[in-house]
Amino acid sequence: MLLFIARRGLYTIFSLIAATAIVFFLSRAQGDPRNVLITGYFSQEIWDAWGVEMGLNKPLIVQYLIWLKNALLGDFGTSINAARPAWDLIQDRIPATLQLAGVSWALSFLVGIPLGVVSAVNRASFWDYFARIFALVGQALPPFWLGLMLILLFSVQLDLLPAGTRGGPANYVLPCITLAWTAASGNVRLMRSSMLEVLDSEFVKLAKVKGAAHNRVVWKHAARNAMIAPLTYSGLILAAFMAGTVVTETVFAWPGIGRLAVDSVMQTDFPVMTGVVLVLTAIYLLVALAIDILYAFVDPRIRIS
Amino acid sequence: MSTNYELIADLEREPSFLAKTFRDLPVVPIVILSVIIFAAIFAPLLSPHDPEYASLADRNAEPFWVSGSTGEFPLGADALGRDVLSRIIYGTRISLLVSFVAIVTGVAIGGVLGMVAGYVGSHTDEFIMRLCDISLAIPYILIALVAVIIFGQSVPVLLAILAFSTWSAFARQVRAETLVLKQLDYVSLAKVAGCSHFRILAKHILPGVVNTIVVIATLRVGAVIMFEAILSYLGAGIPPPTPSWGSMVSDGRDYLPTAWWIAFFPGVAIFLTVTALNFMGDWLRDKLDPRLRQSV
Repeated sequence: MLLFIARRGLYTIFSLIAATAIVFFLSRAQGDPRNVLITGYFSQEIWDAWGVEMGLNKPLIVQYLIWLKNALLGDFGTSINAARPAWDLIQDRIPATLQLAGVSWALSFLVGIPLGVVSAVNRASFWDYFARIFALVGQALPPFWLGLMLILLFSVQLDLLPAGTRGGPANYVLPCITLAWTAASGNVRLMRSSMLEVLDSEFVKLAKVKGAAHNRVVWKHAARNAMIAPLTYSGLILAAFMAGTVVTETVFAWPGIGRLAVDSVMQTDFPVMTGVVLVLTAIYLLVALAIDILYAFVDPRIRIS
Repeated sequence: MSTNYELIADLEREPSFLAKTFRDLPVVPIVILSVIIFAAIFAPLLSPHDPEYASLADRNAEPFWVSGSTGEFPLGADALGRDVLSRIIYGTRISLLVSFVAIVTGVAIGGVLGMVAGYVGSHTDEFIMRLCDISLAIPYILIALVAVIIFGQSVPVLLAILAFSTWSAFARQVRAETLVLKQLDYVSLAKVAGCSHFRILAKHILPGVVNTIVVIATLRVGAVIMFEAILSYLGAGIPPPTPSWGSMVSDGRDYLPTAWWIAFFPGVAIFLTVTALNFMGDWLRDKLDPRLRQSV
């Protein structure tokens, strides 16, 4: 078990290094970072001194390792535009993204699981077709377009809900629908197929034979077991939401890290950019690692293979 | 004469192989995809206007059914007075081109790595599978945004990013298939007969994994088209003024209250294309590769 955790942990670290290295070397490929900072007249001496101060006279790989060491200690460099530590900027934005991702995540389950169950139990009924169309549409809707159309309908035409930024609970409605629909579709499909499988198994038949009420069989015996499949993906969905908020936050002017990433790209603010990539990748990998360890803990077969 | 009757009777008893295969053909998705491919090929003939010609006199012109419309622009015109319908028709070209090239590259990288991983095994397998894991963890949207600042909006860079985001799906599944195939007797016999590793992979393993590759490719095309649209919407995709569905939606963003058609119709085009592709993928998977049903 310890060996398993150590191995998985090692891979996680490798992945993190790979992702940040790509961004770091891409950012250096653009040219000397001093060009971005330059304002007005500079003498060659100041330019050189500046280079030494920023470590630009060292080999590229050493520069990357220095950046990585500082990043691990919480120092992502100073934002070029805001003149504040990049980590401060990122830290300020994390709660907004976490709230949006968290609410959407809950929504994708609250909608997806019951729809999947109802659709599997009453095959070829109205609710089955509704659930299948819901899933079909959700998997093919471009999120940015869905967001704009929701704004057009509910904010512009009906004037019911706010079109953007954070605020009261009403501000969450449209961004959360935009973010959650695709994941909810995945949950419907997963829950439906795993529910069909479980309904066919011996213990469910036994429960029916011994005379348990229909609802009890469906929700207590079958649904609880069928939940395993969507739960397996739940962690990855949450992690994917963190990165997926880039689009939703841009559409709804939501002040989270996704929007920070887009803004920092537009302003060529590399310390913030590399920091965001590090944070988002780290969240994704840590969640994936936690799930793997959890599963190895629950299911000994995974540990051995 | 009698043989003819027997033949007809035979036909009635057992539906032909072709009839069986295409009995539940997904008609609607095939029609949608045919229309899209047709539009891409004959775009210059079908478009009522030049997709990149701007005429400011016609800015935000209404679609033909809205009162006050001249009917010159069937689905309206955008803020620069460019015909929305013509831009959607030309947009099929870029969507199909980008997804085709990205998928073919992804298949080439992922297919080869997957077969090698499954066939060679041990450390090579471990290494390639870890590369897969790393590839899955990389936030490609952010990488694409960074790449845009450095290289500017460029089609080759976009294609590279799309291909890199998709190869691991092929590598994983092809590896799993190869692991099964290489245990089979005919592969062992080929080894005994003295076939080189390359020949075994090319002649004996590859035909066995082609079905899987076709199914995943169909399922992934929709995802790639969607990804391209998202990047174009964020300003990190196809460089303007080339019409692309994602950037068209982005063009209409600021005119939602007054000229909704600029953003609306390109989105419908994306939605229909991706739905049709998802349908085709599901159907092909059930036909060609029922084992995949559980895993994809």
